[in-house]
Amino acid sequence: MTTASSPRLRPGVPPAGRATAVAARATDLSKIYGQGETQVVALDRVSVEFRQAEFTAIMGPSGSGKSTLMHCVAGLDTFSSGSVRIGDTELGSLKDKQLTKLRRDKIGFIFQAFNLLPTLTALENITLPMDIAGRRADQQWLDSVIQMVGLRDRLGHRPSQLSGGQQQRVAVARALASKPDIIFGDEPTGNLDSRSGAEVLGFLRNSVRELEQTVVMVTHDPVAAAYADRVVFLADGRVVDEMYRPTADAVLDFLLRFSGGVDIGGSAARPQTPEFDAKGRTS
Amino acid sequence: MFRTALRNVLAHKARLLMTVLAVMLGVAFVSGTLVFTNTISNAFQNSSAKGFDQVDVAVTPESQEDKGNTVGKTPELTQALLDKSAEVPGAASAIGVVDGFTAIADKDGKLIGGGFQSQGGNYWGDKDPRYPLAEGSAPRGANQVAIDSETAERAGYEVGDTVRLSIDGPVLKPTVVGIFTTDDGNVAAGGSLALFDTATAQKLFGKTGTYDQIDVKAAAGTSQAALKSALDDALPKDLIETTTGEQLADDQAEMISSQLSGLRQGLLVFAGIALFVGTFIIANTFTMLVAQRTKELALLRAVGASRRQVTRSVLIEAFVVGTVAAVAGLVAGIGIGAGLRELMGTFDATIPAGPLVITPGTVLTALAVGILITMPAAWLPGRRAAKIPPVAAMSSLHAQATAKSLVLRNTLGALFSGAGVAVVLAATTMDGSSGQAPMGLGAVLLIIGVFILTPLLSRPLIAAASPVLRIFGVSGKLARQNSVRNPRRTAATASALMIGLTLITGMTVMADSLQQGIDKMASSALRADYVVSMANGNELSPDVDRKLRALDDVTASSPLRNAPSRIDGETEYLTGVNGSVIGELTDLPLDGGAFRVGGTQVVVDDDTAKSHGWRAGSSFTAHYEDGKAQRLTVAGVYEGNEMIQGIMLDNGTLTPHLTDPTDMRVMVKTADGTSEATKDALEKALGSNPAIKVQDKKDLSNEIAQMFTLILNMVYGLLAMAVIVAVLGVINTLAMSVFERSQEIGMLRAIGLDRKGIKRMVRLESLVISLFGGVLGIGLGVFFGWAAGELLASRMATYELVLPWARMGVFLLLAATVGVLAALWPARRAARLAPLTGG
Repeated sequence: MTTASSPRLRPGVPPAGRATAVAARATDLSKIYGQGETQVVALDRVSVEFRQAEFTAIMGPSGSGKSTLMHCVAGLDTFSSGSVRIGDTELGSLKDKQLTKLRRDKIGFIFQAFNLLPTLTALENITLPMDIAGRRADQQWLDSVIQMVGLRDRLGHRPSQLSGGQQQRVAVARALASKPDIIFGDEPTGNLDSRSGAEVLGFLRNSVRELEQTVVMVTHDPVAAAYADRVVFLADGRVVDEMYRPTADAVLDFLLRFSGGVDIGGSAARPQTPEFDAKGRTS
Repeated sequence: MFRTALRNVLAHKARLLMTVLAVMLGVAFVSGTLVFTNTISNAFQNSSAKGFDQVDVAVTPESQEDKGNTVGKTPELTQALLDKSAEVPGAASAIGVVDGFTAIADKDGKLIGGGFQSQGGNYWGDKDPRYPLAEGSAPRGANQVAIDSETAERAGYEVGDTVRLSIDGPVLKPTVVGIFTTDDGNVAAGGSLALFDTATAQKLFGKTGTYDQIDVKAAAGTSQAALKSALDDALPKDLIETTTGEQLADDQAEMISSQLSGLRQGLLVFAGIALFVGTFIIANTFTMLVAQRTKELALLRAVGASRRQVTRSVLIEAFVVGTVAAVAGLVAGIGIGAGLRELMGTFDATIPAGPLVITPGTVLTALAVGILITMPAAWLPGRRAAKIPPVAAMSSLHAQATAKSLVLRNTLGALFSGAGVAVVLAATTMDGSSGQAPMGLGAVLLIIGVFILTPLLSRPLIAAASPVLRIFGVSGKLARQNSVRNPRRTAATASALMIGLTLITGMTVMADSLQQGIDKMASSALRADYVVSMANGNELSPDVDRKLRALDDVTASSPLRNAPSRIDGETEYLTGVNGSVIGELTDLPLDGGAFRVGGTQVVVDDDTAKSHGWRAGSSFTAHYEDGKAQRLTVAGVYEGNEMIQGIMLDNGTLTPHLTDPTDMRVMVKTADGTSEATKDALEKALGSNPAIKVQDKKDLSNEIAQMFTLILNMVYGLLAMAVIVAVLGVINTLAMSVFERSQEIGMLRAIGLDRKGIKRMVRLESLVISLFGGVLGIGLGVFFGWAAGELLASRMATYELVLPWARMGVFLLLAATVGVLAALWPARRAARLAPLTGG
């Protein structure tokens, strides 16, 4: 079975005139767990590109491999075959040390559970990647990032003194602060109420529009996916489709229609419940 | 529930191993101590009981108290009394016993045994029932001796060899004619025994015609008690005392066990420390185990387990761990007990052979200690476990550290510490013996206080280290913050190390200061080049001084002759010196008058002068041993020290009143000062006597130093235990930190901290905690060392506080090493954590 034979839906076409340089690319990427009878194919020869200054959402049912794809592309996990490039760097040949350095210098992360260090202030958390690298932050850039996420008067607070939305804004600022080539978000709004989630997604979209950042986000929420420029759909370890300039309704439509072919659970049929996947289980 | 608990025990092997090890070490120490002391006291008791086989009733002189102005004398056990004893109804036979110090030299001229157990005595008649001959015959006359078989074997002497003996000075060279076996406790404990015929022994020990003791053997059918009352009736009651053989054996057994009780208590104190420190580790481990299982325990609660059941499951786990550890500890302890006996053997302290004694008491104590320490230590974490809400099963978060306020704790700690410092300071103003108890109490209060306060202290002390940590960048910064994140846990970990280092430092400060004081005493008060004395502290014959004085090299010499007297109805010991040269041999600072000794002019040390209210120019009457009285005048008052004190008068005045003059030491000044050649010459002049020590100032202070060093090394060895336990504690705490922060560490890895950075972070945290404990311990140790020194100083004028900086540096380094070593495994574990992937 190939992706070409899968049902396709195109509510939008690739926008013309946008930069087409590629920030990260996976080619024939496979990830296989176990051997023999217990073998599980998490990713099956996936090829996908993430272009610069583009906001991509990766969607798919539970077990579709969306998180695995992100982890492999972000250099957090190893893969079985194929290739992953961040800019000009091929990740497959890198040792742990080089991978760590790559993540530090080229990649930003936003996690579902915020993952701030409780002992550090908001500002210290934001500059942590630069501190690790032993670099000074670009003050002007840092200021504009802080300005954008609206944390100016919260910089001295510790995470425990901040609300969930504020903590995630700190995490967004941390990801942006070191001017990474690409930012990966793993369900960045999964632990937030809808208003805080909208705020965070707004910052991410702004960072792409105004700061020309590249953002890749795994989500199961059609509303969150609607903030992206493009949605990549995964099922059974394969890319089954993609959608440009998505709307929440179009994404939901697709998921509902797609669920006719693949069993993704009854909950996906209810439009009022964007989560068709148990919270906390993203892959 | 029990099965669940048991599964848990087996599921976390590595961590449990550490808990088991911690409990085991403590238990091993306790049971080892008990096994060792039981074994040797049993062996001594057996041998001492055997030693009294031949005695049914012992007749000894009743010692007379000093009364009024007469020096009390010990009545003599004459031949007539012996004969009378043998004829008492129910008596089978009677043996007269004479004994005294007799040093035997080995073939190289070296003293056999330490000198303290070098005994001599009489061989009764042709066949002494006390000493069955293994070889040869009974000694006869001045030139024959019999020696015990162990000494013979040790030195390689055989019948026919000539041995060199010394009793109080002159060297004797009799021939060995017999080798005997004996149950004598002293011999069993590594001493030597040389026997002469009765007349020779009486003459050598200065007891011509008399005995030290009469051993009466009962006739068949007569009980010891009956014989005792018969003897009491027949002999003059006011002069003698009778004791049954059973009583003697009991007395000796009691004496031995009281001598051993000091050792036992000392060892048990260290065992207690090891266990105390171990308690925290156990508590920490269980806290960690519970934290790790939050979800699992919450699940148990969610599916219907009650709080009590959860607590019980943790306690059952603790019980299993405690039992296993206690049994392992007991086995290890038995090994330690056996090992200690062997070790004592290699130090020339022979312990009588006997089976390894493992009493039911020892087994019960070991089990009780192991289980009773583990259960309460696990109880608190167990209760915390029970409080985990069932809903925690649904969340992915671990149990958060309790952020309870430290206010109550700090107040309590401040109160304890304050009281402790106050009591210790008050104790330093008291004099030596009366200050000991309050000082101990204060020390315990202060340690408990500081212990309670450590969470509070951790912040400022660790903050002080931050400039150094900054060098290590993010790793250093995170390490510092992590180490104060759970102040209680950091405190518990650091305390383990603190207690060990407090003791080590305190002991070292005291020992070094004492050493300094002794050096000073030896060098400042003495002008003599050599001091000659007996190996066991016994008295020298006046012959030694005569021989030394006759040497050309010797420019001045004076004995310190010791004689009791009665002054103002009190016993005072007089020191007879060579008045014309004593000023050349000593350098004693004067408090008043002149240092003049001769005729009726005497000098008195400040303490004695004070107690009698004397000043330079005062006079008093001394009643000598022979009952004569003399008016003496205080010419000067000097500052005494441990080596030289008391009333000094000229031997020309004192000696005529003494029946048997003996000298404590002889001080000698030579033309060439101190040199190997001079020392050799002096030794040779004294017949190369094995029992006589010729020591210069350095030898004197070294001799005392040796004693300290031995004690100090023992303490170091024992405290090594506490340090090992502390290492386990630090490992535990770090493992716990790493576990609790695995998500954080994963995040750090994801955003770009490499493995090296993670490792460094954990190591630095470990280092910070260990050094924190080290600094606290050394600080407290110096304080206690100083305080104890203040007590000593009241008894030792030359005492002076010495801070052994180098040694303290080593201790700090030791703390750092503990930190580095303890971090090895947790750091590796942390570095292996995968970069954070999931939410």
